Amino acid sequence: MLIIDTELCIGCGVCESNCPFGAITVVGSWAVVGDGCTLCGTCVEACDPGAISIEGADKDAPLDLASWSGVWVYGEFRRGALAPVSLELLGIGRKLADTRNVPLSAVLIGSETGEAARQLIAYGADTVYRVDDPALAHFTDEAYGAIMTSLIRQHKPEIVLAGATAIGRSFIPGVATTLGAGLTADCTQLAIREEDGALLQTRPAFGGNIMATIVCPNSRPQMSTVRPKVMQALAFDGERQGEIIEVKPSPEQLATRVRVIESVVSEQDNVNIQEADILVAGGRGLDNAQGFTLMRELAASLGGAVAATRAAVDAGWISYPHQVGQTGKTVAPKLYIACGISGAVQHIAGMQSAETIVAINRDKDATIFDVADFGLVGDLFEIVPKILRQIEERRKS
Amino acid sequence: MKIFVCIKQVPDAKDVRLDPKTNTLAREGVQSIMNPYDQHAVEEAVRLKELLGGEVTVLSMGPPQAEEVLRQAISCGADHAVLVSDRAFAGADTWATSYTLAKAVQVIGAFDLLLCGKQAIDGDTAQVGPGLAMRLQIPYVTCVQKVRQATDSGLILERMMDDGYDVLAVDFPALLTVVKDINEPRVPSLKGKMRAKKVEIRRLSAADIGADPACIGLPGSPTQVVKVFPPEARCKRAVFTGSLDEQIVQLVDSLQSYL
Repeated sequence: MLIIDTELCIGCGVCESNCPFGAITVVGSWAVVGDGCTLCGTCVEACDPGAISIEGADKDAPLDLASWSGVWVYGEFRRGALAPVSLELLGIGRKLADTRNVPLSAVLIGSETGEAARQLIAYGADTVYRVDDPALAHFTDEAYGAIMTSLIRQHKPEIVLAGATAIGRSFIPGVATTLGAGLTADCTQLAIREEDGALLQTRPAFGGNIMATIVCPNSRPQMSTVRPKVMQALAFDGERQGEIIEVKPSPEQLATRVRVIESVVSEQDNVNIQEADILVAGGRGLDNAQGFTLMRELAASLGGAVAATRAAVDAGWISYPHQVGQTGKTVAPKLYIACGISGAVQHIAGMQSAETIVAINRDKDATIFDVADFGLVGDLFEIVPKILRQIEERRKS
Repeated sequence: MKIFVCIKQVPDAKDVRLDPKTNTLAREGVQSIMNPYDQHAVEEAVRLKELLGGEVTVLSMGPPQAEEVLRQAISCGADHAVLVSDRAFAGADTWATSYTLAKAVQVIGAFDLLLCGKQAIDGDTAQVGPGLAMRLQIPYVTCVQKVRQATDSGLILERMMDDGYDVLAVDFPALLTVVKDINEPRVPSLKGKMRAKKVEIRRLSAADIGADPACIGLPGSPTQVVKVFPPEARCKRAVFTGSLDEQIVQLVDSLQSYL
């Protein structure tokens, strides 16, 4: 709770103008806190007389934080392969582990995982805990969560990273809740704080309009889900040595109340747009579902996948898994080509982390051009086929 | 059939910006709305009620003005509304929020199904739903895109995955988080709007739910925000010149490394 010391408060209003949430107003000669207060602490720092404090902020740290050691990465394994984001996590995980001077381990859960454990070592892991059982062929929150929770309790890593994928974002929150651990979703930067070795987790909030850095001062492990495509995987090193530890799941861990009836891979398109390096996205300017044929052609030529705006999805031109933006997916491909997309903030929130953005739109004032690195003003039905021809010609020569 | 729906009042995304000079949230003209995913959760609850009979209770943890979204849910067909509100909840992260909501749910009573939106668009964490299910010790399914079959004892669902979808069966009690593909929320009826105006909203404080002060609000939150800052502005920009055909050549030149 925010406490204003009315003896010290001079009613200067600095807190009022600094409050990001408009929760403080000066009434009469001192500041009054309203319901919008989130205890972010901005006013505490801003207050020169030191009249504002947060009750309960200085909790004594539990003494056994030091007994938690090591960095862990969840190696996501599905349909016979590791998710690329898991390898990216080993890249950043290696850095964090080296800074902390601790080992890097990976947890591999699944069935018929084959060479995946060796791969995790080749990409940077020192140790792999392999939990391979036919009952784990399909992902379930309960079994995967119970196994992860039990391994963490047993080995006490200080940091646990998982991909911010459908799977990671589903079962990791359950694990963190059970462990009483702090969890930060969708991190885009991770670093170690020099003073105390704490994990600094940076993530976008409010649809990417704001970045926030978060720490977990009094709980362990420090857990993060990390967005695909923002971290760098290390080069594959087949010579790297590491240890594979086989873990046998208990029958209780394998018992689930949710039953998987079938697991369906999407029909015509690659819908895993978060893992694609190149996305060709279409919006209202495509006019109809036929317009996406052109998008698919360009995507196929570039080896990319097709994305869409909410308007295109709501119009029924393409299915929801392709939707980028606030109520769709957040993507960070190397190249994002926006065709006939005006650039609503909700859409931009989902794609502004792309390395390079190309916008093609008839309207030269479209807001998409504000975030684009390259823009072409004109009819996409004229421009895209010409781009396709250009690419073909260059490949031939 | 008793269905609970957790909803949240959020600032409308298109209004939220950091003032580049002061690094604080620009608050002028920021509208509050019901979290878009939660609208789909309310709609699904009402549809299941229409199919199987029963009652829908919506609850929200938030400041007193969150009453607005509870009334909106009533206008769309929910029967009862509960506001879980206390200054002591301020600063709660997802861990403390799931604790608070679980305590509130236990006070409100027995249920068969608990629905949440996939995530709130202000925090985008998607963590409260799974956390709440763990605390209530019930199974959960995230990102539900379709209810294929609903009976008095359970559901058959489609859950969105990165590369397609899984078909799952779950018995009650259970918790689902839903994506927007699941349904098209209805427009409030006139009767619903009338009811929303008059409906009495039950209030629950920290004391009412018997919350442990060490588990709620900022003191109960394992995560703490240490810094807030605007995202890096995108800077590289190229302007092409010449005819459209010439510009296309220049564009493809620029994209050479991706080809």
